[in-house]
Amino acid sequence: MREKMVLYFPASVVEQPLTYSLIKEYNLMVNILKANINPKMEGRIVAEISGKKEDFEAGLDFLRSRGVKTFPLEQEIVWVEERCTHCGACSVICPAGALVMERPEMVVRFKGEKCIICEHCITACPSRAMEVRY
Amino acid sequence: MTKKTYEEINEKIRSGAAVVVTAEEVISLVKERGIEETAAYVDVVTTGTFGPMCSSGAFFNFGHPKPRMRMSKVYLNGVEAYAGIAAVDAYLGATQLPETDPANKSFPGHFNYGGGHVLEDLVAGKEVFLDAYSYGTDCYPRKSYQKAIKLEDIPYAVLYNPRNAYQNYNVGVNLSDRTLYTYMGILKPNLGNANYSTAGQLSPLFNDPYYRTIGMGTKIFLGGGVGYVSWFGTQHAPEAPRGENGVPLSPAGTLAVIGDLKQMSPKWLRGISFLGYGVSLMVGLGIPIPILDEEILKYTAVSDEEIFAPIVDYSQSYPQGLGEVLGRVSYAQLKSGQITLGGKVIPTASLSSYAGARQIATILKEWIQKGEFFLTKPAFTLPRSNEGVDYKRSVGEEIL
Repeated sequence: MREKMVLYFPASVVEQPLTYSLIKEYNLMVNILKANINPKMEGRIVAEISGKKEDFEAGLDFLRSRGVKTFPLEQEIVWVEERCTHCGACSVICPAGALVMERPEMVVRFKGEKCIICEHCITACPSRAMEVRY
Repeated sequence: MTKKTYEEINEKIRSGAAVVVTAEEVISLVKERGIEETAAYVDVVTTGTFGPMCSSGAFFNFGHPKPRMRMSKVYLNGVEAYAGIAAVDAYLGATQLPETDPANKSFPGHFNYGGGHVLEDLVAGKEVFLDAYSYGTDCYPRKSYQKAIKLEDIPYAVLYNPRNAYQNYNVGVNLSDRTLYTYMGILKPNLGNANYSTAGQLSPLFNDPYYRTIGMGTKIFLGGGVGYVSWFGTQHAPEAPRGENGVPLSPAGTLAVIGDLKQMSPKWLRGISFLGYGVSLMVGLGIPIPILDEEILKYTAVSDEEIFAPIVDYSQSYPQGLGEVLGRVSYAQLKSGQITLGGKVIPTASLSSYAGARQIATILKEWIQKGEFFLTKPAFTLPRSNEGVDYKRSVGEEIL
């Protein structure tokens, strides 16, 4: 299986090479899309993780046992549909094909599974229909 | 030969017999039945547009506090409204920024709140902070007044937009090697994208290109409520070049419109932010076109394939006022999601909501079908020549 995940690292483990374990011990492929450490030393990694289903689950269980919180990616960037005017200005800004204009209906759709959290849409959307939540 | 009058059409609306279709629906109807038969059958064609319209705003009268006041500085949620008119009157413009906004000091500015957002907040029924100052006079002694108010507390609130519903508009592109932040949205370098902003075949003035039915007093859908065309808009330029079908090939006619703000909705008056440019207001506007004869019907049957927009470079030509047009593309091409310019395929995006335009045309159609909305004959139709219209300019020099 293949899924984009957001991983939150408490300050106590942020210096441990946990991603290394995912690769070495759980046979998972980890493609890091984004990573940062905030001033409180808490870390956040957005990564696409792929491998066998049992390895994937065991790997995530391992992370959680070390205090890492794991979430599927879609919960990070939220499309507030009632604020969306369906103009489509976002569709040429989103580099991942997550915000698309559906034709011929001419309505905007947000495909959360394709989102890479680059956050370009947040300020590109004139009616501010895209929000970051974390 | 079909000939109908406003009175006859209104009589059919009253009796529930009027045939009303949208400017989208009429296209296939004409293909099936031909001009002659459709003109006899259809009474009204409804149009719609829902896009950024910077030249928008509202007149207010706040009522006098006690003691009375000649408000000379007025702020609503920190956004200044022009108060150089009578004592407690003011005009809030859609593009006005709060004085505290850093604008483009940190480039590109975010412009998260401004006049357009205040208007949206008001029609949404939200509380807005009125902050007014005066120098004080014998008749108006009060010097300062602060109060949280809602739209329902304001005695008089009228949307008055000096330029809306542009008949055609530029397609913005960027020939330079840096990203541009414009009122046409973000334009990526080296023709990274092409942004346009009209509803094409649904847009009001594309469906009555010579303004045979639209003018002062035309009753319209405005911001979710009912409004009227009050005059031709600023920069109204009817002598723009036109195709054989009469449709202008560059920005041409515009409308000044008016309507009671209190019956409008935040769905159709939406404050918006353009990164690196500023704030504005998305306005929903729809015009019913009475099918008085076959010629009028023929114009309403225009489709996206037959409407062309000029492609303009916003790195040089537009800002420098050079008036160069890189080419013309049809709205059918623009709506397909990509155009080709000089062999390069460029993704397209709209700033105007086609889905919203379609919804407005449908709402207006339903109002008329239900007998809730009648057509008005304008006192005069929009000027068809530049005579009497001061504004003259060459192609590509439009200012939003």
